[in-house]
Amino acid sequence: MRIVVTILAVAALASVPLWLRDPYLLNALITTGIFIIGAMSLNLLLGFTGQLSLGHIAFFGIGAYVSALTSLGFDIGLPGGVRLVHEPWPPIVGLVFAILIAGLCGYFVGLLSFRVRGAYFVIVTISFAEVVRLVALNWVELTQGPLALTNIPSIVLPLSGFGELTLRTKLQNYYLVLVVALVAYLLIARLVHSHFGRAMRGLMENETLAVSVGIDVTKTLTLAAVISAAIAGAAGSLYAHYIRIIDPEVFAFINTVTMVIMVISGGKGSLAGPVVGGLIFGLLPVALRPIMAPEAQWIAYGGVLMAILFVLPRGIVPSLAQRLVRRRSGTAALAPVALAETAAKEQA
Amino acid sequence: MTARSVAMTIEQVAVRFGGLVAISDMSFTVGEGEIVSLIGPNGAGKTTAFNVMTGFLEPSAGRVTYRDTALNGLKPHQIADLGLIRTFQRTSVFPNDTVYDNLLIGLHRQGRVRLLDAILGLPGARASERKLRQRASELIEWVGLERRAHDAAGSLSYGEQRLVGVALALAAEPSMLLLDEPVSGMNASETHRFVELIRDIRSRGITILLVEHDMPMVMTVSDRIVVLNYGRIIAEGSPDVIRNDPAVIEAYLGHGAARA
Repeated sequence: MRIVVTILAVAALASVPLWLRDPYLLNALITTGIFIIGAMSLNLLLGFTGQLSLGHIAFFGIGAYVSALTSLGFDIGLPGGVRLVHEPWPPIVGLVFAILIAGLCGYFVGLLSFRVRGAYFVIVTISFAEVVRLVALNWVELTQGPLALTNIPSIVLPLSGFGELTLRTKLQNYYLVLVVALVAYLLIARLVHSHFGRAMRGLMENETLAVSVGIDVTKTLTLAAVISAAIAGAAGSLYAHYIRIIDPEVFAFINTVTMVIMVISGGKGSLAGPVVGGLIFGLLPVALRPIMAPEAQWIAYGGVLMAILFVLPRGIVPSLAQRLVRRRSGTAALAPVALAETAAKEQA
Repeated sequence: MTARSVAMTIEQVAVRFGGLVAISDMSFTVGEGEIVSLIGPNGAGKTTAFNVMTGFLEPSAGRVTYRDTALNGLKPHQIADLGLIRTFQRTSVFPNDTVYDNLLIGLHRQGRVRLLDAILGLPGARASERKLRQRASELIEWVGLERRAHDAAGSLSYGEQRLVGVALALAAEPSMLLLDEPVSGMNASETHRFVELIRDIRSRGITILLVEHDMPMVMTVSDRIVVLNYGRIIAEGSPDVIRNDPAVIEAYLGHGAARA
């Protein structure tokens, strides 16, 4: 049942460019897809460990800058009169570096904050994002500051025997994003259903009991932060090579908030939640643009979010799954929270 | 009793919270394969002693040794890795997960496979998963909760949750088990069943340290009893010795009763 739904959903998403020819809509779908990958990585932390990263866009932005700089090259002066020169490398190498370096940043942020957790993690992540933004803004020699990194090359796929394929068109980028999103989705699904995922769930539900059966809190949460940051870095890399221009505005707080809204509205702790929430809030601007001023649009997002959480308080996917289970079994006797959790797991 | 080798040694342990003395000076040992009970009136320091032994609390003085490893400064999960596992008075389950999933979480120490193997679904990781599922089913059967296996643990009755708690502790493959008031809130037949479980655990060669208020249960099941009062050990010995010890009778029943 679950597999059928997943395959149908993937087939539907794969068929979109076949009947949707409008480049503006396709562009909106591509950027939405990139943000959905970011939201999925945020969900790994927020939904499965209960830790809220309010600076998640930092990992996304670091991925974008690392990937752009790897493929553009740079020439900077270091203290002591040394010059560091980097010749441009293929964008695909940039993607790999983006994943590695974003993951490394996740490691340090996790190590720094998970000894105390909770509110401290929220504060550390917000500060981290702000520091990274200021570095991107002021280290002009490396990042061009507010002038932005421009002419970032598109991703080139080496095809053995057929030369190379440069992903320049929207159609190609759409499928690239879809494939990366699918890989990220499957990776997270495997993770949360492994012994590691069970350790995360145990810690979120009853930390005292979890450590008493031998679960290492710091190690588990840090590992979750590393994987989450690495996936966000991959999304940032896709963004850089698709948009082909990156400036420090990518680190804006509103971008993190967008990802949080996608996760919360779709349903945190559910694998499909960020995808559903992401499609709604990624495409809502497209729907509202013809009829509303940008300021009014922000108010409308707030209204939609409140409406969703009022009707489906646990987020769209878990709440609907819960109703489905209740209708099928015909019982509402169990504690609703417990039931929804089981339901979310079954559909996930 | 003297022939047994010593599993755990508690030496001159003291715990003070500011000016409050929870444990003033506690020393005793637990032999391999023994069932020892730690009893005493409310506030005597029993749970505090448990927290010290399992790394949830650092003692103000003294040391705890388990099988020649000093436990001071170790974190709870590191102590669990030594095979020293405890249960809790209140927080005994993962409430939102099914009983079955609870046990899979409890089997963490058995399920450690390389993360990459798990992500790629390599044969080693899948075999390990199958073994865990098998083991979880066995444990559910052992505590007799087959019918509740797929219900959320939080929806179970209090007595059933205690059983899940013990199964969880056993899932962690202990060599020594610390049970914190396991039968409190259980009715007579549940308690009777539980005593059978404790004997079964011991027959697997697992050492048991028990904190309990239910005196008939303690007297039936224990090899040896240690009595705490106001943070000090006031008596130690076999159930028969403890039953007739004037200091114990006074601590439990008051001064007048001891004289009578």
